[in-house]
Amino acid sequence: MNQTRRQTRRQTLQAAGGIGLYGALAAIGLLPATQAAAQEFNAAAFQAKSVADAMKALGAAAPAESKDIAIVAPDIAENGAVVPVGIKSSLPNTQFIALLIEKNPFALTGAYDILPGAEAEVNMRVKMGQSSDAYALVRADGKFYMAKKEIKVTLGGCGG
Amino acid sequence: MADPMRIRAVAKEGVADVRVLMAHEMETGQRKDASGNIIPAWHITEVTASLNGTKVLVAHWGPAISKNPYLQFKVKGAKAGDKVTITWVDNKGDKRTDEATVT
Repeated sequence: MNQTRRQTRRQTLQAAGGIGLYGALAAIGLLPATQAAAQEFNAAAFQAKSVADAMKALGAAAPAESKDIAIVAPDIAENGAVVPVGIKSSLPNTQFIALLIEKNPFALTGAYDILPGAEAEVNMRVKMGQSSDAYALVRADGKFYMAKKEIKVTLGGCGG
Repeated sequence: MADPMRIRAVAKEGVADVRVLMAHEMETGQRKDASGNIIPAWHITEVTASLNGTKVLVAHWGPAISKNPYLQFKVKGAKAGDKVTITWVDNKGDKRTDEATVT
């Protein structure tokens, strides 16, 4: 009897603590900020057709080219439906990584928020309609940097 | 409901290498079916990764990510036994969460 009551009390406290944390986060503006950012991505940046427009929509009008960003991708991709691409940034305090492919219908392919705890390295597989330049956009310490790599796609499969 | 994700997380020298394979059609909205109608876009828009309940990575995806998407990233300070949770949401509002243990 006594034990059950104690457990209930503990659970109640835990639940209350959870709500308190959520409320506190919302109060500082952390939660709405992330949500707003997500919506902004879907609306503007993913609709942009060119690399320049997409970068503008992400708030990076003229990023500086940086040697500290590596795009890991094949020079020639046999199958445009599955092109493995990795981006690694050695810039200190990297907060954001995005991949843009110039000749795709919509340039922005994927964008990643690097939160504390994650390393500035992501790998993914993307679709490419044709041979194109791929751009990696990185925000580190509030500044935007970019790197570029050409990826050739041989859809015919003759290994070109 | 979508098929489960395959998650593998391996810790090495304090850094966990997390690899996720999701099962999703990832329709681009560019293709046409046999009668010439555009197949509507259907793709994952957001992937959230957490380590022991703390968000470490948020991915925003467009339709140009490949079918059955693969994602690999690294998390600092992870050790064997830690929980990695991955959640995705697609543009139809469908979602799925899966969890794996770091080994």
